[in-house]
Amino acid sequence: MVDAPARRGRRSLDHAPVRVMSARANLPTRLRDLVSRRELLSGLIKSDIKIKYKGSVLGLFWSMLAPAFTLGIYYLVFSVVLKNGIPNFVIYLFSGLIVWNLFMNAVSGATGVIVDRAGLVKKVSFPREILALSNVGAAVIYFLIQLVVLALLLAVFGHAPAWGFLWILPISFAALYLLTASVAIVMSAVTVYLRDVRHLMDVLLQLWFWLTPVVYSYEHSIAAALHHHGIAWIYFLNPVTLIVLTFQRIFYVNQTVFATSTVHSAISNTQVHTLLNVLPTWPMSTYFYLNAALLGIMAVVFLVAESIFGRLEGNFESEL
Amino acid sequence: MTTVIDVQSITKQFKIHHERHQSLKERLLHPRSGATELFTALDDVTFTVADGETVAILGHNGSGKSTLLKCICGVLQPTTGEIRLRGNLAALLELGAGFQHELSGRDNVYLYGSILGFSRRNIDAIFDDIVDFSELEQFIDTQVKFYSSGMYVRLAFAVAVNVDPDILVVDEVLAVGDERFQAKCLDRISRFQQEGRTILLVTHSADTARAICDRAIVLESGQMIANGPVGDALRVFREHLLGEAAEHDGDAAHPGLSIDAVTTPDGSFDVRNGSSLHLDVDLSAEGAVSGNFVLEVFTRGGQLVSRSDARGAPVNLTPGRNRVGVDLANVPLLDGVYDVNVGVVDPHGNTVIAWREQAAAIQVIYDGREGGIVELSPSITLQG
Repeated sequence: MVDAPARRGRRSLDHAPVRVMSARANLPTRLRDLVSRRELLSGLIKSDIKIKYKGSVLGLFWSMLAPAFTLGIYYLVFSVVLKNGIPNFVIYLFSGLIVWNLFMNAVSGATGVIVDRAGLVKKVSFPREILALSNVGAAVIYFLIQLVVLALLLAVFGHAPAWGFLWILPISFAALYLLTASVAIVMSAVTVYLRDVRHLMDVLLQLWFWLTPVVYSYEHSIAAALHHHGIAWIYFLNPVTLIVLTFQRIFYVNQTVFATSTVHSAISNTQVHTLLNVLPTWPMSTYFYLNAALLGIMAVVFLVAESIFGRLEGNFESEL
Repeated sequence: MTTVIDVQSITKQFKIHHERHQSLKERLLHPRSGATELFTALDDVTFTVADGETVAILGHNGSGKSTLLKCICGVLQPTTGEIRLRGNLAALLELGAGFQHELSGRDNVYLYGSILGFSRRNIDAIFDDIVDFSELEQFIDTQVKFYSSGMYVRLAFAVAVNVDPDILVVDEVLAVGDERFQAKCLDRISRFQQEGRTILLVTHSADTARAICDRAIVLESGQMIANGPVGDALRVFREHLLGEAAEHDGDAAHPGLSIDAVTTPDGSFDVRNGSSLHLDVDLSAEGAVSGNFVLEVFTRGGQLVSRSDARGAPVNLTPGRNRVGVDLANVPLLDGVYDVNVGVVDPHGNTVIAWREQAAAIQVIYDGREGGIVELSPSITLQG
């Protein structure tokens, strides 16, 4: 190290900002810390993705291939075998599935992340929720890739999205992001104390998936019956529902379709067209108001999630 | 001097679970059971460190050193009290804690740097320095999982010392790598000192503390029992070590032995270079003790000049007062003041039975022109 490059002059620390570490950091401090470490977040997202596809020949291509298989299976089961009669079912399915995939990938990845990286958590100081958020970030990257695939699919099928509704997409996506991040952050911390949560979450996510109108249509579901009793709002207690409906409205567009089924008779096969409700027939303003309200709620939920994490974080050291 | 680390009455308590109910079933079945006990790892510790100081934290295993360091680094939150820090801090609590085995050395440098809180641009600027320092040019694009443990640690150390921290916190990691790499690390630390950076170092080694630190803090069961010059702190540390050992081992093994005084026949500790010095060491023993006598000589700067061979100096002490004579035939030291530590260690292991730190300070007078610590008087002749 004889000719090591000369270091830059030492700056005076007289006016350097003071960091205070005490029993519990308040919420504004936590958020400020989080924002100041965004570069770490992007670094972790990159390394997450790199590690996930390290050594695999197809690499990032798998992030398209895996959902494509799921898509294919659901298409076969629901459209070909069960004949749900929704035309262009692939597009209907995919516009909801990308939303669900983002949520599920992020939450199932983040749930065990603090336990898995105990070595790091116990030895290095940084806002720990970044570990959970990096899983969310990676899921967002896969989401964006799938969004491109969806766009290609639309082009291939010649299926135009509802251009006029497109501006609601960012609002809906922001709500989805905050929802996913909140669940991911809280679950990553809870798992430290209750290791079962990890397995419980796998089961819960499956149930959650079937409660969300991704493979079936909202109007076709129990929602109609609920609506009849004036309690359709119960369905929207699952916040993913609204987001999925919005995405479907934007990309699939058709609220009502003519389902074509073939009636077999002795003489000939007759094509029968029946009117099928797929999506709620709300005007654009309803979609906007609902999504904006959800975004507001999710912003509050995110703050709550952050403070829950802050409370649970204190004892990580002794629980890990 | 600006205070860069201000630790204000830090207390850290841990809950110790005697019965851990970590699965959901167990938690449901035993909602409030599983006796928990509060363990106080740090008890009202207060101190400050000024800009540019190098401070050692000494203590036995379990004395709270690492907890204190973790609180300062922000890994742990103190139960009460607060710590104020100025400037950015790089902590070496465990080398390579942030490494991802699947990633290459290069990726890990960036990732580890960003975990330590440095931006990509910062790392770009010093990337070559890091690789140079770690001596891993050939392997920097190899996955870290293929590294040897030495390579792993070298890379981590290289990142931490090259990221330009204002405060460096080091936890007993200097004992890594081969001897040459260790020397390099010490070299880098002394350069840090010259540059006026602040270093906080946890160590077991009295030699390391003496050699590189300005001040030492001694922790004992979570309490700070000394905070001052390294020599004074080391004395407290060793005395407590003895007190503890006596409690643990019982008095059968080591009856009480204390070193009362170190004197010279004429009362003067001045000695001329090349002449002899006689020291009388007075000890009082509660019972018969046999052990080996040890003498250490340090420079005022904390550099060890010599430690005598304990096995060569068995002493059998009788109950009551004893006097041990130490003769240094011709003192080869150069001009200066030297601190003398004396002690008696166990004949089998190297357990210390009695110790007196800075028992005497000898002043060496030298008229020659050699520089340094020791007179070698080389004879120089032109050959051929």
